[in-house]
Amino acid sequence: MFRKSLFAALAFGIVSTVAQAQTEIQFWHSMGGALGDKVASLAEQFNKSQNQYKVVAVYKGSYPESMTAAIASFRAGNAPHILQVYEVGTATMMAAKGAVVPVAKVMKDADVPFNPKAYLPTVAGYYTDSKGNMLSFPFNSSTVLFYINKDMYKKAGLDPEKAPKTWKQFQAAADKLKAAGIGCVYTSGWPSWMHIENFSAWHNVPIGTKENGMAGLDTEFKINSPLHVRHLTMLSDLAKKGEFTYAGRGNQAEAKFSSGECAMLTSSSGAQANIRRNAKFQWSVNFIPYHDDVKGAPQNSIIGGASLWVMGGKTNNTYRGVAKFFEFLSKPEVQMDWHTSTGYVPITQAAYELTRKSGYYDKNPGADIAIKQLTNKPPTANSKGLRFGNFVQGREVIEEEMEGVFTGKKQPKEALDEAVKRGNEILRKFEAANKG
Amino acid sequence: MVENRPWGTFLAHAVLIIGVILVAFPLYVTFVASTLTYDEIVNVPMPLLPGDQLLENYSQVLLSGSTKGSSAPVSTMLMNSFIMAMVVACGKIAISILSAFAIVYFRFPGRNFFFWMIFVTLMLPIEVRIIPTFKVAADLGILDSYLGLTLPLIASATATFLLRQFFLTIPDELAEAARIDGAGPMRFFWDVVLPLSKTSMAALFVILFIVGWNEYLWPLLITSQESMYTVVIGIKRMIAGGDASNEWNLIMATAMLAMLPPALVVMLMQKWFVKGLVETEK
Amino acid sequence: MEKRVVFQSAWLPYALLAPQIAVTVVFFFWPAAQAVYYSFLVQDPFGMSSQFVWFQNYKELFTSSHYLDSFKVTAVFSGLVAGCGIVISLFLATQADKVLRGALAYKTLLIWPYAVAPAIAGVLWAFLFAPSIGIVTYFLKKAGVDWNWIINSDQAMLLIVIAATWKQISYNFLFFLAGLQSIPKSLIEAAAIDGATPLRRFWTIIFPLLSPTTFFLLVINIVYAFFDTFGVIDATTQGGPAGSTQILVYKVYYDGVKAADLGGSAAQSVILMFIVISLTVVQFRFVEKKVQY
Repeated sequence: MFRKSLFAALAFGIVSTVAQAQTEIQFWHSMGGALGDKVASLAEQFNKSQNQYKVVAVYKGSYPESMTAAIASFRAGNAPHILQVYEVGTATMMAAKGAVVPVAKVMKDADVPFNPKAYLPTVAGYYTDSKGNMLSFPFNSSTVLFYINKDMYKKAGLDPEKAPKTWKQFQAAADKLKAAGIGCVYTSGWPSWMHIENFSAWHNVPIGTKENGMAGLDTEFKINSPLHVRHLTMLSDLAKKGEFTYAGRGNQAEAKFSSGECAMLTSSSGAQANIRRNAKFQWSVNFIPYHDDVKGAPQNSIIGGASLWVMGGKTNNTYRGVAKFFEFLSKPEVQMDWHTSTGYVPITQAAYELTRKSGYYDKNPGADIAIKQLTNKPPTANSKGLRFGNFVQGREVIEEEMEGVFTGKKQPKEALDEAVKRGNEILRKFEAANKG
Repeated sequence: MVENRPWGTFLAHAVLIIGVILVAFPLYVTFVASTLTYDEIVNVPMPLLPGDQLLENYSQVLLSGSTKGSSAPVSTMLMNSFIMAMVVACGKIAISILSAFAIVYFRFPGRNFFFWMIFVTLMLPIEVRIIPTFKVAADLGILDSYLGLTLPLIASATATFLLRQFFLTIPDELAEAARIDGAGPMRFFWDVVLPLSKTSMAALFVILFIVGWNEYLWPLLITSQESMYTVVIGIKRMIAGGDASNEWNLIMATAMLAMLPPALVVMLMQKWFVKGLVETEK
Repeated sequence: MEKRVVFQSAWLPYALLAPQIAVTVVFFFWPAAQAVYYSFLVQDPFGMSSQFVWFQNYKELFTSSHYLDSFKVTAVFSGLVAGCGIVISLFLATQADKVLRGALAYKTLLIWPYAVAPAIAGVLWAFLFAPSIGIVTYFLKKAGVDWNWIINSDQAMLLIVIAATWKQISYNFLFFLAGLQSIPKSLIEAAAIDGATPLRRFWTIIFPLLSPTTFFLLVINIVYAFFDTFGVIDATTQGGPAGSTQILVYKVYYDGVKAADLGGSAAQSVILMFIVISLTVVQFRFVEKKVQY
């Protein structure tokens, strides 16, 4: 009798201590506002589904800020387990051997099934090294899309159901919109991402040598080709005619569109959620325009957004927890939930299929344009994505030079040549710093 | 004015009133914006008379921050700012008064060396050493903490110099009398120096509190967790997107709250404030 | 000036100085030394590999047109902020000196912007001048001015100059007022008896007597524009468009934090250190009484 109750007490004690000894996994992200709430709820769902690991999701500020904090913490021996890093930080993270653990390795060591082929090729390819190992876990990916204000199109005498497919058609529409008295005809978010990086991929021309940097640190920028100069000149002419309103380097342009000020917008697919909520007019979302005299265009667009990196120097137990969390995030239902509530693209084929079967795309026309554009054609060496060291600086240099053109200070060719020169300096610095 | 020129005085008043209006204009617009709804602001032109959303906006930001950018409650941020400003102001005064006392009232080897060491820090504002100082803080593990917000800022050469200047004016007779009475240096400090320094400390406190409250670059670097934001950088982090999608009504309400405590300190303690400003630059 | 009466103790002064010296060494000198050290390296952000490159970082800075542009931007910006700030506050102070009634009220109403953080001043003025929804933008557009500081560098510079100067007016005003009120009335009366007009009196007597204050404020305003305006820029233009509002201190922050270029940022920090040292030396040599023992 006594033995039984002692045994019961012991068993109870052991069970309760095991239950309390959950391994904590620190997850630093940069999803603010409603997106952050969604991340928090995903973490909660995972925590509820098992009792060995507890994911603690912490909002650490914008992408550059959280990356700086993580780097500093790493140097102080105090890094998080999972860090969300934006696409332009990929090269920096990849070169940091020892500071990061490839996702493929984490999954393999934890015996969690993981099939890179289940992921959409453009998404996986961005975060995979040259040997085919997936280095980081794709989480929130978007691409650039083309939005039009259908009411304004009607007002200008244009067919609102026929959004321009080529830049020639675009320019004709722009002229008509301007003639109809519309103040802001076209604006764009993320100017470099749209008009240089995605522009190159969409037309199957390189952004830089060595497969846009994926095949070597000795890559060089190639964004001053005649095609690029011609495109930037077109933009500059539009600006001079008052048909292109520059709105800054980030996503400030999106508000100009959803408020009804501007007739046309190119920006992230993630803008849909806000536009849906705020626009008081009819609108449509479409493929971005292309130059129809370029062979191979339109090819496919490349992703933006961020992925999840696993930081080095942690215990095996925590890595197992990370693997389990990633397994949870890869479930088609979870992916579909994330995709439909945020506007980011579904990352696996299965999630895409599941969403399609659920009729979501029928109820929300345009919600699958992003995927269709990403998978328009199988990616080539020019359209898998990009991987440039210190590209945070690199992109800012490109945008600064573009601003020089839009403020009338520079000619397009001059600006792009300068962007290539300065950009290459940054690449060489990165190469030198990461030789060891 | 020497001559009695009513026209000249009238003109002076006019200029001053215009000056006051220009200086107060942004504040007025901010206040009005903090009482409107988001739609009223975005529909240009914004009304120039206060609206009716005062309670809604202020309670929203105080309790749950903005909804698009950072969602840290402003009440937490105000508390962080308050703690930081108080600790920094009081800490600077406490540390500096001890250092000034040591330098003025003692003769010891290395006195000049230490004096110049403190002086040199005037030449090293935080802006010229931000990254390495951040690294030191990270290595010490004080990122995202009150210690990290306050400790690196807590040594002030200006306060030490001001107090030193003041101590030099304390009549020697007092120290002599203390010595004759057999009082040790610390006794002298507590009973004589400290009470005499009250006005200087008050003046310093006003300036240092305002400076501490308005610190921007250092808290920006050292905090990345929302619960540790101070209100000054919290505002910046609320500005998430382009200028039409920011929730300006909430941002302006937060700005009003952020400006209130230092403005109150300046206006209520005006006498000490002026004294402090003029003294710290001698 | 030395104290006649001092205390003797073997350990007490050191104990009293210890807190200040400790913080100073840990958080001032050690990081400053590290900045110098880093400026000679090229390293990856994680600190996993680094290379000693002597003065290469400095060479790159001085041959980079963007760094030199930053010098120019900083010079223009601080010149405008100091100049406008001093002129406007001097004018206001002279008027305030004239009035007897309401002087305290004017003073109270004019000095409160000092309490506003530069970053908040930036946010307020950016709101007023916002290209789409700003109330001042609205009136400017009505007057035919196409205001869009996101793409117009001169307008962006104008915005930050206004925000930064607005804040400093109160500070300058107080000093000028104190300076004006310390000028002996007898001097002014004598000149008036001699028949000098108010304007003449100002230029020949008042302004020269104010020159120590003016010079002092000049140095203070320049230092303010160099460093304390970081918040203004970060909250509004963030150095844009096309780097036209990127002052030196902002570039240090941007290169170090956002672009993770530790070597370049450290080199810039060292250069800034030299500039501050020169400004501080100027301030103490010519403005303050010599630091005495």
